[in-house]
Amino acid sequence: MANASLDYQKDNWLHRNRMIITPWLFLLPGIIFFVIYVVYPIAESFRVSFYKWDGLGVPEYVGLKNYSDLFKDRAFEISLINNFKWLILYLLAIPAGLLISLFLNQNVRGIRLYKSLFFFPFVISQVVVGLVFSWFYLPNGGLLNEVLAVFGMGKINVLGDPKLATYGIIAAGLWPQTAYCMILYLTGLNSVDPEQIEAARLDGAKGSRMLWHVIIPQLKPATFIAFVVTIIGALRSFDLISIMTNGGPFGSTRVLSFYMFEKALSEYGFRMGYGAAIAVVLFLIMLCFIGYFLWSMYQDEKGR
Amino acid sequence: MFPTPLEKTSRTWQITYQGLLPVAVILWLLPLLAVAIFSVKPAADFAGGEYWNWPSEFAGFENYMRVFTDSPMPRYVLNSFMITIPTVIGAVALSCMTGFALGVYKFRFNLAVFFLFIAGNFVPFQILMVPVRDLTIDMGLYNTKTGLVLFHIAFQTGFCTLFMRNFIRALPVELIEAARVEGIAEWRIFWYIVLPLMKPAIAALSVLIFTFIWNDFFWAVVLTQGPSAQPVTAGITSFNAQFGVAYHMLSAGSIIAALPPVAMFFLMQRHFIAGLTLGAVK
Repeated sequence: MANASLDYQKDNWLHRNRMIITPWLFLLPGIIFFVIYVVYPIAESFRVSFYKWDGLGVPEYVGLKNYSDLFKDRAFEISLINNFKWLILYLLAIPAGLLISLFLNQNVRGIRLYKSLFFFPFVISQVVVGLVFSWFYLPNGGLLNEVLAVFGMGKINVLGDPKLATYGIIAAGLWPQTAYCMILYLTGLNSVDPEQIEAARLDGAKGSRMLWHVIIPQLKPATFIAFVVTIIGALRSFDLISIMTNGGPFGSTRVLSFYMFEKALSEYGFRMGYGAAIAVVLFLIMLCFIGYFLWSMYQDEKGR
Repeated sequence: MFPTPLEKTSRTWQITYQGLLPVAVILWLLPLLAVAIFSVKPAADFAGGEYWNWPSEFAGFENYMRVFTDSPMPRYVLNSFMITIPTVIGAVALSCMTGFALGVYKFRFNLAVFFLFIAGNFVPFQILMVPVRDLTIDMGLYNTKTGLVLFHIAFQTGFCTLFMRNFIRALPVELIEAARVEGIAEWRIFWYIVLPLMKPAIAALSVLIFTFIWNDFFWAVVLTQGPSAQPVTAGITSFNAQFGVAYHMLSAGSIIAALPPVAMFFLMQRHFIAGLTLGAVK
């Protein structure tokens, strides 16, 4: 192994340190892009949140005023509450996805096609999903009301009713999210240990007991990812709200991400500093979850 | 296998199951079937309040033709391709390199850099919005496809790095060590040994990123306006303004907007699903 040319190269500083330098050379382009477009903007948003700024003129330093204004802002409060509604109800996608995956986990003819068709909603843009669901909810002629009429119930105007609108949008969001969780669980079910199932069967476990004590513990990795993507999806919700209600009626469907956009970039005025402050709050909420995810991943890495 | 394989269940359940499958699929996809049917209905059906009936006549040809001739739709679709394809290439290329560095080498800050990418990938878009928009304007790239592409590449690198690094981690280390013993340069190890092994990961990521970027709406709205640079997701909304309650036109437009990722998914299904599960659910 030790030949002459290698001995010669050992004197070369670059060669001696190549195992330290090489990874950084490979990382450099990625890190540069990421720092410019992700890391720096986060810091910059924090900074902007201390200013009053219309995006064009000279920013005026106002300290924590944007934040103290937030706490007096009723629209902010509604957005925050809606964010929590999203967080909690969106998690329904996880059990729903598990249920569908259990239903589809059979080896019958054409099952692959069925599985892909069930996954379909996730592949489609939320813009399209939003449009379709808003037609579903149409007060006159919407399918929902036609179905309700069959059961002898009166008409409801889901997206026009401040009490119902948010739930209507979340329901639309659950559709693709459930499809996503379903795929995660279908993959997870593939790797469930058949011997354990057999052993549990011999012990007389079946149905829900089997599911709860044998299957679900083995699906833990799938559940973790489903949890991560669902939480992130819930906090990022923007497209559906923008398409289906544009925040209305009377601002009742706003969430932080949408309210921030409205404050900073819409006809309601270019309040960049105030918008940034809203974004910072959203970021801090998300940070709790990101911290938890990273911590779990770190535990995993240590175990290797 | 759980639940009990169908062959081992009662005859009644077997028949019920086979019958339930198509019913379940139709119910599940009802919203999409509705758009598909809407898109071939004549305008008169909607005017008469006949939303959910069978089309009185097949008007699909006229509707789709009108989308292509009477609206900037072709432009939007083209924009979408011109934004999505370079983004896929850029993000995959960058993350092959970052994934290689983080997956193969032991160095200080390895885990820190890795976690930086993951954390960045989870961040809410809104915290980036104001600065990224300013940056794009300052670079003279506001309302250009390039502006969108650059941002998308940077942001997707977070997710792609996570993916690539985990994939490379699962490759046999012996191969790389053997190559080192042979005295092969590190970049050659990357190019001739690791990259060929990454083909399945590259395929999976490409389909996935294609779908993500094609379907992006938020950044399209923040960084562009008008048909010159906007992708089809944003285009559909201005379409909404143009055609108002012309549901047949909107439906046809939506179908066109949804088609490329759907086609991609069906062509590359195996890779797509492998990509989504991130290799973490083995």
